Amino acid sequence: MHRRDFLSAGLAATAVAVGGRAWSAPATDQRLLVIFLRGGYDAMNVVIPTSSDFYYESRPTIAIARPDPANPNAALPLDSDWSLHPALKDSLYPLWTKKQIAFVPFAGTDDMTRSHFETQDTIELGQPGGGPRNYRSGFMGRLAKELSGGRPIAFTAQPPLAFQGPMSVPNLNITSVSKPGVDDQQAKLIQEMYRGHDLEAAVKEGFSARDKAYAALAGEMVAANRNAISPSGFELAARRVARLMKADYNLAFLDVGGWDTHVNQGGATGVLADRIGQLGRGLAGLAEDLGPNTWPNTTVVVISEFGRTFKENGDRGTDHGHGSVYWALGGSIRGGRLVGEQAPINQAALNESRDLPVLSDYRAMFSSIAQQQHGLRDDQIERIFPNAPRPMSGWRLI
Amino acid sequence: MAGLIEGLFMRRLWLAIAICLSCVPASAGALDDAALVDRLTWGRTSQALADIQGQGADRWLKRQLRPPGPTQLPPQAQAQIDGLRISQEPMAQTAVAMDAENRAANKLTDPAARQAAQQAYQKAMGDLKQQAAARSLLRDLYSPNQLQEQMTWFWMNHFNVQADKRDIRAMVGDYEDQAIRPHALGKFRNLLKAADLHPAMLRYLDNDQNAVGHINENYAREILELHTMGVGSGYSQKDVEEMARVLTGIGVSLSPDAPKLKAEQQAFYVRRGLMEFNPARHDFGDKVVLGRQIEGTGLSEFEQTLDALARHPATARHISSKLALYFMGDAPPEVVDRMAAKFQRSDGDIAEVLSVLFKSSAFKASLGKKIKDPVHYAVSAVRLAYDGRPIANTAPLQGWINRLGQGLYNRDTPDGYPLEDTAWSGPGQLTTMFEVARQIGGNSAGLFKPNTAGAEDQPAFPQLQNALFYNTLEKRFSPQTRLALAQARSPAEWNTLFLSSPEFLHR
Repeated sequence: MHRRDFLSAGLAATAVAVGGRAWSAPATDQRLLVIFLRGGYDAMNVVIPTSSDFYYESRPTIAIARPDPANPNAALPLDSDWSLHPALKDSLYPLWTKKQIAFVPFAGTDDMTRSHFETQDTIELGQPGGGPRNYRSGFMGRLAKELSGGRPIAFTAQPPLAFQGPMSVPNLNITSVSKPGVDDQQAKLIQEMYRGHDLEAAVKEGFSARDKAYAALAGEMVAANRNAISPSGFELAARRVARLMKADYNLAFLDVGGWDTHVNQGGATGVLADRIGQLGRGLAGLAEDLGPNTWPNTTVVVISEFGRTFKENGDRGTDHGHGSVYWALGGSIRGGRLVGEQAPINQAALNESRDLPVLSDYRAMFSSIAQQQHGLRDDQIERIFPNAPRPMSGWRLI
Repeated sequence: MAGLIEGLFMRRLWLAIAICLSCVPASAGALDDAALVDRLTWGRTSQALADIQGQGADRWLKRQLRPPGPTQLPPQAQAQIDGLRISQEPMAQTAVAMDAENRAANKLTDPAARQAAQQAYQKAMGDLKQQAAARSLLRDLYSPNQLQEQMTWFWMNHFNVQADKRDIRAMVGDYEDQAIRPHALGKFRNLLKAADLHPAMLRYLDNDQNAVGHINENYAREILELHTMGVGSGYSQKDVEEMARVLTGIGVSLSPDAPKLKAEQQAFYVRRGLMEFNPARHDFGDKVVLGRQIEGTGLSEFEQTLDALARHPATARHISSKLALYFMGDAPPEVVDRMAAKFQRSDGDIAEVLSVLFKSSAFKASLGKKIKDPVHYAVSAVRLAYDGRPIANTAPLQGWINRLGQGLYNRDTPDGYPLEDTAWSGPGQLTTMFEVARQIGGNSAGLFKPNTAGAEDQPAFPQLQNALFYNTLEKRFSPQTRLALAQARSPAEWNTLFLSSPEFLHR
């Protein structure tokens, strides 16, 4: 990205803000859910460059076949260059045809360590590269602060770096919600013990989130007791997230592990296909459970720390790479298209001869969403992502 | 009516014990010793306090850093360990037998029989993992060499493997017992070699599939990034690729026979237990790792590279910062500098590096201020509640640790569980901890019911209102905590509140 683009982007953003939700107070009926695929998902086998011969040369055993209505294992066409993994046929492909999902190829960070942990931190902190890192300040924590009426939550077993910040953000392990055993009297006494302590706010938030989650999910638990068939794994988590976001929270973070496919990752079927199929079913379930009143006000962004090597490795898997493909979906997403700058896919275009270059910075993508969805001003965006690349002209996800 | 009278009697008795024990005075020195014990052990017990007070803090610390002899556990605890399959059968034999069982199960043609055999295999593999956890926790609970056991946990986390991958469940007990624990306070270089050549690690990071012409970078990257130098410490993508070539051919073999090799390769073949170096899969070309020329000489390339990595200044700094983070949270940079310097001067002597940390004034000032992670929380609660009386079954303890999110051998990713306080004190985690406090404090929860058919639960109740509480803890409890404890409606509720208190949560 060039400096000229940042400048024109600033002007474009102003125009958008004036023409859209002009300088109004941030809209708190809007909901944003960030889903982090930890492990560096192999984007090139999910949103697939099927027009590229180089793709097929590079992946002799794991490539997904070009679109072919007669072949159930073939990719599903998105546009003349790109296609979608067949495991998403019944879940996300319908959202594509309804223009409620957009893909951002060549997306990622300027972090070149190719370390999972380092790059995940880079993204979650959202701070300028090169300088010392402040591990007490994540970009979603700063976003929560800028949104008046923000009700943030992390649906994770451990508090994510993304939500570090001045607000005490509750975390709730969404996969294991059960009836509380600590009763109200005990909860009250425990909170008294923490009065004036550093953890006072966290203890209070924990009990509050526990009670809200139990209230929102009590119906599900009653149904489960009646032997109703309930979804499992990520789909269960996603449907629970939908119920909680519908009722209580408007800014949320969820992570899904298991994307580090060095060995035997499979193609149209196999390990990655199973994983991506479950992710798709979960997202479709989320949209369904948010329902026609909430889904139009919801944006779901799916990201990962990096893409993988463009060529498959010696073990029919892929190693750590760079550029990825990010997703944005929701009832008011301007979807059914690929967003952001693209490059031809061939050997010459590869970054360090091994992986996709990054042409769209993740901070630019989130800035665009924050401006359009929440009507945040440029100075607010600057506080969330200091010294970061801004969305280029032509960027508009909502 | 009888129940009411009995209840009143129990309450009286409970108060009487409380009042009597609180009469015993505690000196400032005793309080400091107790704080040191909380930090360097898996939690205070009467015996641990008697040890430090009997030996004096300096001598006690020296003996913790250099355990004078083999670990002696209480006979009941040792008997539990001795009865485990992992204690009675060498790991290689178990892994080979389990592999044969798995193959035989998969070959069955009758679907019902196949499913039953596969389930039996999975159960046996699950048992092996649980046995490893049981042995580890029994040592944490009862070993007098407490620092060695804490460092064993630390290094298991540093050299993390996730046991549910492939057949690692059959190997993880041996990995902890043979590769990690003997070196936990010794030379880092020996630890590094033992861990990084163990079949559990080779399986976990896919190196048994890394071969000449079929390079897989996974293991090479994690050795540089996690095991030794640390990310961003000066190695390049090219170093990762060269390191991956060094690693080619190092794998795992369950076969009793050596592979068929060309005559000129046979001299390079190495077999140590299940670890196999297969020269036919190795890239014998010369390599350059971190500017150092490595001639193609087979397995010795890896040994040379590990020696160089163990002595690299970046490794000294990376390991020192992690130790400081684990034992005191944020250590001041000058303390980490001194630790790293000691690391280099002592050729990576872990006990000496720790000694620098423990003697620093910053460390002393930090006592009582570090949040317990889940393993520390649950183990310290059981140690305090039953004060030396050996439990008969670790399964409930394993369950609590799993529920709190730090299950043994369960961390998926090679970075291990986070060591920062903030990773364990989120609102959701605190709420879960209070739930676990209620379970630990409510009754013995199966800890005294041996895991054998027909075994009877022995009577036991968590005695947290004990002499240790009145002599060493109560003095430091805040007025709010005391007020809350005074409102408990039963001993079980008192326990729940006590185990939920900010004072118990910290060490």
